Amino acid sequence: MTDVNRYQEAVAAGMLPSEENHRALLQSIVDVARAIFGAEASSIFLLDRDTDELVFEAVSGQGEGDLVGMRIPSSTGIAGWVLVTGQPIVIDDLQQDPRFARQAAEQTGYVPKALMAVPLVNGETTLGVLQVLDRARDRAGSIGEIDLLILFANQAAIGLDLLQTARRARSVADTGDGREAVVARIAALLEQTGDEVSGLRLLEALEAVLGRLAR
Amino acid sequence: MSGRVIPAWSLTAEAASTIGIPAEWPDRVTRDWAIGGATGEGVDVCILDSGVDGDHPLVGGLESAVAVHIDGDETTIVPDELGDVCGHGTACAGIVRALAPQCRLHSIRVLGEGNTGSGELILGGLRHAIEREFDIVNLSLSTTKRSFAELLHELADSAYFQGTVLVASAHNMPVESYPWRFSSVISVGSHEGSDSYEWYANPDPPVEFFARGVDVDVAWAGGSTLRCTGNSFAAPHIVGLSALVLSKHRDLTPFQLKSVLYLTAANTGGTE
Repeated sequence: MTDVNRYQEAVAAGMLPSEENHRALLQSIVDVARAIFGAEASSIFLLDRDTDELVFEAVSGQGEGDLVGMRIPSSTGIAGWVLVTGQPIVIDDLQQDPRFARQAAEQTGYVPKALMAVPLVNGETTLGVLQVLDRARDRAGSIGEIDLLILFANQAAIGLDLLQTARRARSVADTGDGREAVVARIAALLEQTGDEVSGLRLLEALEAVLGRLAR
Repeated sequence: MSGRVIPAWSLTAEAASTIGIPAEWPDRVTRDWAIGGATGEGVDVCILDSGVDGDHPLVGGLESAVAVHIDGDETTIVPDELGDVCGHGTACAGIVRALAPQCRLHSIRVLGEGNTGSGELILGGLRHAIEREFDIVNLSLSTTKRSFAELLHELADSAYFQGTVLVASAHNMPVESYPWRFSSVISVGSHEGSDSYEWYANPDPPVEFFARGVDVDVAWAGGSTLRCTGNSFAAPHIVGLSALVLSKHRDLTPFQLKSVLYLTAANTGGTE
């Protein structure tokens, strides 16, 4: 990461809403997805590229409160297949698959009968997977269901991207060499003043002082 | 291939009389001409996916099964000792087998090696499938990485010119992804019907055909059967139907095969 990137991340850490705000956004998305589909559960997985695992980031319904933070393999199972292939999928009669049933019971304690899963894509990057478990089946056709799920996936992908940006920014501010942390604190204070004009004047004055020093 | 040496960039007057192509086309291409009585016999179909459970009764055996392995910068092809790490590859194989019972099925597994490098796994698997000169390759997958687009495009064109048909499921998400968008590939989306022999030509590409992809009863890992929905199940329907066509008409190029599928689609009046 260049110095410029590090300072940009530090400024972001001071000005971005907190991780809790982004988590609340993701939670809201799975809550609404669950309600719209009349489903037993909905969850968002984030791909952790460092460990090559999928991490539960938000859960609504079955498993809510227990599963956030739990990790599963990133390239096996149905969520792994969706992540790698980029293809949405709907599966019913899931309990017929003994391996899936066993793994689901071990990992989450809940074995769904049906699953909808769609990749969370932001630009070129696949960030994770959105799942809806055991939806109500008295709905319109399946193609319409997938189209609706994709709309939620677009929202979730934006939310995940913001969450990752905030985490990177926070990481730079927390682990930087001190200068970035100062920049982050100044940015945060400026944000708290709620007075953009004053903040900009302060920065312009600082730029002018630094400019004179540079000469 | 005929083995005759033909200039790649021009045709001399003398050579023109030596490159006759036997083209026995009927006055009207019908379903009966295209697939009537066909079984897929003699056609090699490759499933590039999560692996295939060859012992599943609805798959009925595999001719070969390999996995793509990445070690550092090196991509290698190794015997597949894991089988299907998801169930999806078995589902695709079962769909193809149900339509083309006598075809020869092969599996290249590109999942299960971790997510990092999944683009390289797909590229390595596709490259191997083309080197093996399979007749048809099922690609129920796509990548959004632009850095892979050029290489995938080159591979897709290589397949097209050597006579390997690539059938890819279309991405029904608002993102740029590959290889389904390439014109050298047959791209497939889903319709909501329940007839595996019902397919439509799309007058508004890049998705070129719609095939059965909703509530499909499929083979799955562990000997099970599940009901599934998605474009990834529509692609193997076109693969199975293509295997039927090629088993009756061995010399069709990918371009000609696509034309036969177009002429015999439900919405072009070619279903008799």
